[in-house]
Amino acid sequence: MNLQNIINDIESVDPEVYERLNTRRKAMKSFANISGKLALAAVPVALGSMFNKAYGQAVPTAVIDSLKFALLLEQLEAAFYNAVVAAPGLNATLTGTSRAAFVKIQADENKHVAFLSSTIASLTSMPAPAAPAFDLTGGNSAAGTGPFSGANDPRVNYAVALAMSQTFEDTGVRAYKGQAANFLPSTGTVNDLLEAALKIHSVEARHAAKIRILRRELGGAVLAPADLKPWINNNESGILPPFAALVQASYDGEGVTQQGAFNGVGTFSGVTISATAASAAFDEPLTKAQVTAIVDPFII
Amino acid sequence: MMNRQTSSPPLQEKQISAYGLQRRNMLKFFGASAAVITLGSACKDDPAPPNQNGVNLGSGDVGILNYAYALEQLEAAFYIQVIATLYSGITPTEQAYLTDVRDHEVVHREFLKAALGASAIGALQVDFSSINFSSRASVLGTARTFEDLGVSAYNGAGKLLTDPLNLLYAGKIVSVEARHAATIRELLQINSFADTVDANALDPAMTPAAVLAAADPFIVTQINASNLPTS
Repeated sequence: MNLQNIINDIESVDPEVYERLNTRRKAMKSFANISGKLALAAVPVALGSMFNKAYGQAVPTAVIDSLKFALLLEQLEAAFYNAVVAAPGLNATLTGTSRAAFVKIQADENKHVAFLSSTIASLTSMPAPAAPAFDLTGGNSAAGTGPFSGANDPRVNYAVALAMSQTFEDTGVRAYKGQAANFLPSTGTVNDLLEAALKIHSVEARHAAKIRILRRELGGAVLAPADLKPWINNNESGILPPFAALVQASYDGEGVTQQGAFNGVGTFSGVTISATAASAAFDEPLTKAQVTAIVDPFII
Repeated sequence: MMNRQTSSPPLQEKQISAYGLQRRNMLKFFGASAAVITLGSACKDDPAPPNQNGVNLGSGDVGILNYAYALEQLEAAFYIQVIATLYSGITPTEQAYLTDVRDHEVVHREFLKAALGASAIGALQVDFSSINFSSRASVLGTARTFEDLGVSAYNGAGKLLTDPLNLLYAGKIVSVEARHAATIRELLQINSFADTVDANALDPAMTPAAVLAAADPFIVTQINASNLPTS
């Protein structure tokens, strides 16, 4: 897009546009500063943000907070996949197309971090929060002695890496849903931000499905039940003890079959729906507080 | 609860004044540069003159829910046929996956029908004559098209909703559609689960008009989407 042409066009109907944009040079400089750091697709969001500021439309704090929360989750996921893909301890077990799948997901999560960071920076005119230090053993400490350490460290145990990946992805899917209401009423830039969040959200669900398929294919192993599905049946993680209890908070509340006044269990036009299918047909939200409690052991 | 949507007065379009920008200026912008409008921060379009031919989806949130209901009707009818006439050589895992998907789509269809109540459109007539249900490639290829289309449709529809509860319901459904899409893609080609994404690893979003045009070959009933919100 030619930004200068757009501003010139606006100037023809609003001679004060440069004053609104806080002088031409400053406006162009500030946009250049922002856009230089932006992924291309984030430019419309940034540009919308610039005009919003010029015309007095602020993006609500709740929206910014939701984006920062999403960034933190993406930073955790990116750190997890970066560590797993680089781990020498998985060279013998994470191989072939399974390794290729992890590498693809790793790339996606790092792109989500970059996209959200640049979007937040453009909206706030400040750098997005940097990633905190993570403890991938879930021990809340740089010592790295949490429940996912030693022989159960995702960097040495492929089955554990898969189980943690599934839990992070399923949690992410639920976390985005819990933030949706903060984007309404959506107008202008918030419309764009809501759509961007939805576009990330569905990619997380694609990741979750793939990881679940990998777990199913691992077969026979203690952490991968053979009947595991790419969707969440009831409130079941499909992850067995001793890890089941550690991840259950990410699956609590997923077993509902009731949506408003509608219950999905029954026979509709000859198709009988079980409670399992009715629950799996909907992914349920998690509140920020619930998600924070889930990820806290991994954030130092 | 979504039902209240159908009993309340017709939804008003979101007010332009919410932008802090006068309507007069906004109209000037439309004349100023088409590029500005496409940036996604332009104002609400006035609805096009209604075309009353075909099944009318309606306006506001009801219109968007009817739009989703139409898509779920299409998906449910497709998978019901898939399970009724299993393609040759189907594996137990494929049958288990596709049966679950059928059930989920039936639940989505029935949920939306119930939520819309008296505002729900009727049953659509579908046309699957282009699909060879005895062929794995034809069935899974069509399934991939429908699931990716469904994800794009919900991703594009979210911002058109005004009631937070309706947005939440759409969000609860779209991630399951994305799980389906990834699963079908894996059955066709390993590691293609998210090959839909752009350079920022974002899934696509499509407008109702684009989605309905893509679905049109499979739907006999004429659908009138002219009253749907557009931004």
